[in-house]
Amino acid sequence: MSATVVHYEDRIVAAFTAAAVAWTLVGMLAGVYVAAELVWPALGFEQPWLSFGRLRTVHTHSVIFGFGVSALIGTAFYSVQRTSHVPLFAPRLAWFVFYAWQATCVLGALSLFAGINASKEYAELEWPFDVAIAVAWISFGVVFFGTLARRKVGPIYVSNWFYGALIIVVAMLHVVNSLALPATLTKSYSLYAGAQDAIVQWWYGHNAVGFLLTGGFLGMLYYFLPKQAEQPIWSYRLSIVAFWAFVYTYIWAGPHHLHYNAIPEWVQSLGVVMSLILLAPSWATMINGVMTVSGAWRKLRVDPALKFVVLSLAFYGLATFEGPMMAIRSVNMLSHFTEWTVGHVHSGALGWNALITFGTFYYLVPRLAGRPLWSTRLANVHFWLALAGVMLYVIAMWGAGVSQGLLWLTLDDLGKVRYGFVDVMAAMAPYYALRLVAGGLFLAGASLMAVNLWRTMGGLETVPVAPPAGALAAETGA
Amino acid sequence: MSLLGLHKRIERSSGLLIFGILVVSSIGGLVQIIPSLYQESLATPAEGVAPYAPLELLGRDVYIRESCSSCHSQQVRPLLAEVQRYGPYSRADEFVYDRPFLWGSKRTGPDLHRIGGKYTDAWHRVHMVDPRAVVPNSIMPAYPWLAERPADPDGSIAARLRTLKRLGHPYTDDDIAAAADAVAGKTELDAVIAYLQSLGRTRARGSGL
Repeated sequence: MSATVVHYEDRIVAAFTAAAVAWTLVGMLAGVYVAAELVWPALGFEQPWLSFGRLRTVHTHSVIFGFGVSALIGTAFYSVQRTSHVPLFAPRLAWFVFYAWQATCVLGALSLFAGINASKEYAELEWPFDVAIAVAWISFGVVFFGTLARRKVGPIYVSNWFYGALIIVVAMLHVVNSLALPATLTKSYSLYAGAQDAIVQWWYGHNAVGFLLTGGFLGMLYYFLPKQAEQPIWSYRLSIVAFWAFVYTYIWAGPHHLHYNAIPEWVQSLGVVMSLILLAPSWATMINGVMTVSGAWRKLRVDPALKFVVLSLAFYGLATFEGPMMAIRSVNMLSHFTEWTVGHVHSGALGWNALITFGTFYYLVPRLAGRPLWSTRLANVHFWLALAGVMLYVIAMWGAGVSQGLLWLTLDDLGKVRYGFVDVMAAMAPYYALRLVAGGLFLAGASLMAVNLWRTMGGLETVPVAPPAGALAAETGA
Repeated sequence: MSLLGLHKRIERSSGLLIFGILVVSSIGGLVQIIPSLYQESLATPAEGVAPYAPLELLGRDVYIRESCSSCHSQQVRPLLAEVQRYGPYSRADEFVYDRPFLWGSKRTGPDLHRIGGKYTDAWHRVHMVDPRAVVPNSIMPAYPWLAERPADPDGSIAARLRTLKRLGHPYTDDDIAAAADAVAGKTELDAVIAYLQSLGRTRARGSGL
């Protein structure tokens, strides 16, 4: 027997997990603050960096790129090693990905505070950051696919297809959408103008939702859900069909963000049709997930981690149903430009992305630390706070959005607009207050999680874990 | 080879998987984006649409810096209620000098595409520094710092115009040479107001609907 035992690279997983938890708190705190500014505008204190526009951008940036991507890279590095039975390829490059990504996110957030902003929604960072993101992202791809290429297991496990689609498609979207000509170090002008820029931007924007916030997190689901439920994936064949249908269809859906706007009619119509078709692969995956849990329902009573993941599946189903409905032109006429859009995004971001990540971390961190979760009770309190928070948020924004849409479009008996814009704005006050409460509840729950996981980790020590014996034997040639 | 047989090969080769994802995910984008980029009508300016004057351009860049498009759209949809409330609906040929586009996705405040000429400069001045002085229940942040900062603190207006010229905007060398003088002594507030007053006036003044 060889004396060299190879261990998985799990310290880097722990680092990404800690970063994701920190970004949860930063991003959600910024979110709660901007929600409060809509209730009390004086909270901007006439400071440029505290004003709604800048802070809202910091909020979305921190949540998507700080929290979401850190969680995705961390869990991808954890699962790709275990599904391949080899340690991470190029671990030093993996640490470079960690430091480069965190530095980009921190400096990026500071630049947004400073008003350095390219204004493309969910791609606001200016061109030097775009270059840094591309470098870090490609390194992530090299580590991930390098590990896959050296795997000791024949077939590539399902979760890796989804993480793979995340890496490849997001790289493509990022590069094409960010093309710009710099005028100074902090200011560039998009290569595309007007309606063409809008088409490119929503191709990016919608598919960032598709391949990062949906596809990437489905990778997380396909690895961690079967582990937590201790059941194999219900249907392997369904996961294949759903994956390719998802990869093919999602990319077409972007133009549904531009209904009744100045882009060609045929592009809008294609966007609607494909958005409706998208319901099939989305729900196929949800059904596959739910059926995988069936048989493990009893675990739901004792395992808070599984509770989070199952609830996130419900919100995944809800949001992927709501999306195609909002893509239908007659519904979109009412919902576009209203708070309904904000509600929809948050039912996805809080209900699906945040909950599945929380569930995954409650499962993952005790295994990294080699000791049980510090407090199961605290995790259960977190569960109920999160559920109350997201439900209240979605209901408040749905009420606000539908009222807004109806009031804006109402005509009187003479065919004139009935309500002034300012009147409709005034009607939003109670909904905005409810949203603030909802955000506060959700943030409170996430803070409890941070404490719980910190205590479980006991200061970031990780237990070394080696690949199964068979794999090792194959490698050492024994 | 059966489909599942083909897939057996894909799921055993990371190279094939990468290739498959690239091909399958590119189709939709290629079909929708490439024709749009070559569609002349989306890149030909409407009559009377000119590139932004230097002060207007600086104002637009401040508008971007403060992320005004988080709350204000610049896109009047062809719906009766919107045309009544805001003015003639927006057309693609009005945005050909907009890099990036600023249509927005949310109206916490009203649409601004036809705001040009609706209010006086003095109204905008008060509104920007203290929104609640003119709209009592407004929830817009106050922007007092705009009145204190010079419009072009780093003297980059010529570089900005030159970059846009390289992207195809019809600025002449004389325009670029004269730009610094045109914005000298102006504040960021002057610039934003100049930008807002320039918005959507072509069609509002011209052919009507």
